[in-house]
Amino acid sequence: MSIDMTQFHGVFFEESFEGLEIMETELLELDFNDPGEEEINKIFRAAHSIKGGSGSFGFNEITDFTHVLETLLDEVRAGKHQLTKEEVNLLLTSVDCLRDMLSAARDKTEMDEEHIQSVQNELEKALGNKPFAKEENIDSNDSEDEKSSGSGWQIKFIPHHSIFQTGNDPLRMFRELEEFAEITTEINIDKLPPFNEYDLEECYLSWDLTLTTDVDEDHVREVFEWVEDECDLTIAQIESEQTNETKESELIKETEAATERRESRDRRKTDRRSGASTESSSIRVNTDKIDALINMVGELVITQSMLGQFGEEFDINNIDKLNEGLKQLERNTRELQENVMQIRMLPISFSFNRFPRLVHDLSSKLNKKIELKLSGESTELDKTVMEKIGDPLVHLVRNSLDHGIEMPADRIAAGKPETGTIHLNAYHEGGNIVIDIEDDGAGLNKERILSKAIERGIVKEGETLSDQQINALIFHAGFSTAEVVSNVSGRGVGMDVVKRNIHDLGGAVEVKSEEGKGSVFTIRLPLTLAILDGQLIRVGSQTYIVPLISIIESLQMKSESTKSIAGDAEVYSLREDYIPILRLHSVFNINCDSTKLDDGLLVVVEAEGQKVGLFVDDLLAQQQVVIKSLETNYKKVEGVSGATILGDGTVAMILDVTSLISLYREEAEFNKSSFINTEAA
Amino acid sequence: MATILAVDDSASMRQMVSFTLKGAGYDVIEAVDGVDALNKAKGSSPDAVLTDVNMPNMDGITLITELRKLPNYKHTPMLMLTTESSGDMKGKGKSAGATGWLVKPFNPDKLLATIKKVVA
Repeated sequence: MSIDMTQFHGVFFEESFEGLEIMETELLELDFNDPGEEEINKIFRAAHSIKGGSGSFGFNEITDFTHVLETLLDEVRAGKHQLTKEEVNLLLTSVDCLRDMLSAARDKTEMDEEHIQSVQNELEKALGNKPFAKEENIDSNDSEDEKSSGSGWQIKFIPHHSIFQTGNDPLRMFRELEEFAEITTEINIDKLPPFNEYDLEECYLSWDLTLTTDVDEDHVREVFEWVEDECDLTIAQIESEQTNETKESELIKETEAATERRESRDRRKTDRRSGASTESSSIRVNTDKIDALINMVGELVITQSMLGQFGEEFDINNIDKLNEGLKQLERNTRELQENVMQIRMLPISFSFNRFPRLVHDLSSKLNKKIELKLSGESTELDKTVMEKIGDPLVHLVRNSLDHGIEMPADRIAAGKPETGTIHLNAYHEGGNIVIDIEDDGAGLNKERILSKAIERGIVKEGETLSDQQINALIFHAGFSTAEVVSNVSGRGVGMDVVKRNIHDLGGAVEVKSEEGKGSVFTIRLPLTLAILDGQLIRVGSQTYIVPLISIIESLQMKSESTKSIAGDAEVYSLREDYIPILRLHSVFNINCDSTKLDDGLLVVVEAEGQKVGLFVDDLLAQQQVVIKSLETNYKKVEGVSGATILGDGTVAMILDVTSLISLYREEAEFNKSSFINTEAA
Repeated sequence: MATILAVDDSASMRQMVSFTLKGAGYDVIEAVDGVDALNKAKGSSPDAVLTDVNMPNMDGITLITELRKLPNYKHTPMLMLTTESSGDMKGKGKSAGATGWLVKPFNPDKLLATIKKVVA
């Protein structure tokens, strides 16, 4: 029977990667001087499963490698081997190695044979074995007294009385013998007790079997393999033929073939190609969630048929019923929507899980003592958002490790504990997920940042900036180049890219810092990428959407609070702030109801520490809108992040506040310079 | 047709075993560890038990020991899935009451041949 094993590969890879994560987590927390029994068992079982599975599914290189790993772990758990710190690191390296091997097997790319062999040799050394090139398991039968096939065997089989207790049955064994031999039996009933002493669960019989066959003794013994210690077994050859010569030449051929195989494997060039990690495009969902979904669809169907019925027997008097039905429909759709979104939600622990290892490795490399604290791991967010926030998070943590936390000596000198702390915390707030990366390191040095910014022409000399604005400079493109930790997977990540990635997800990042005390990076992300909570606004005949996340407040302006400054810039005095006024009708070059500021409304929005007031004609409803990409359907437009289709079928643009603010500043610069020029002229 | 209780904490192994056995006409009850298997065993009467040894919560050897205590399972064939390197595992298993073993890794044909040895 041939079964297509590839259908099981997907599950095998998934569970193997999970197993590797367990191994890594446990290894990181392991006290190598006194490893806990359950912890070692967990690590052993994970390796054992991978070995078993890879063997069954034909990934032999993985099997061979894992076998050595498993042997070492087995010795540790049997108390035969004392682990050292270096060996724990070796085990961690082995986990990485296995990850690569599994990825290569999954993506069908080449494995780095050299590296694998060297790690494997290290493992062998740890076991006290001499490292060797993989040898083919040459059949050891040549050392035994090979009884050549004769014409039969004489077997004396005396099972012990308790043989049935292990579920064995002589009858089945004889049936098996029958498959390759002709059998005649002679039964021995000497041991049968009188009926009143007869225990039905005991075996009192024994047999003399005569087999006519030309299979060898091993084959015969194999049938009785399971019951070797539960019986007395003698096997004697009936007739033997001298065919030793043929056996010998066969053996020689076998050895030659094995040597060939070994040599060709060593000769094979190692092709270093890093397997691209394919993000898995499947989600594991709790069946409860699916059941809830099915229920909701059921309710929807009921509501639909109720409304349908109404349509059939239309009666204006039943308008209340119709409204009732429509309300019901709204409830059903909303519930369904919320629950479907829920399915894409996964706990952020999936993303946080890589950090213990990262902090462990990097702090060793940097010779710093750093403790990682994680909280809010169960906070859920959209799977895609989580996948995309991974790299920015890594970069921010590496940044804290590299530039935030000081060397142990410096920390002590500053009166701080020798071990620095990095705290990752995730929580939900106002329809968003917030991730804080806090460290108790040196904090941002505002002077240095400011001077570097002036040096790079990002900020002009003499310009006054608030502390917040100075700190925000680190996210500026052109600022970060010298600060980057060298090998972040060669993806050229800087703080500006981090900011951009977060921005692309519809989120925001900001930093709060106190020199000498530490810094907190706060990332705010929407819970989903597809839907936005928006405020509809009207300018003239056009409807726009402003993301609620960006809106601080909306107000009616008082003309005495508006001021004009250099050029055509207008600002609004709101409490202690001067908010620049952005006339949407002029940015988008459309008609509006009235250009007088008194007649319209000001929607104060914020992005990246900057506040701006959007001058609009009217505020409409607040609603959830489905984001449609303008880029994929048309092209990228400045000031606009996407579009949506409203209930009445019209298209409304979703405003990109950050982009608008940039546009505004460009215009203001332009106006200022032209004003200066005209003045001068 | 005969029913086999298949116990393994590895989902891919369970799937492979289940698929192979079902394809040959057997009914399969799956369990993820010893505790799960014991519960399922109490509510059914399989013709044979196939179990991995290294599992969380309750390993295969303990499972076999416990199963043998149940009246229905005194003579039920129970096979362990062992690896070559676990030399004394076979002995331990037999002492616990195992009928025999199947060595990992195994292919579907070997699995079916071994099951055939214990199920009529």
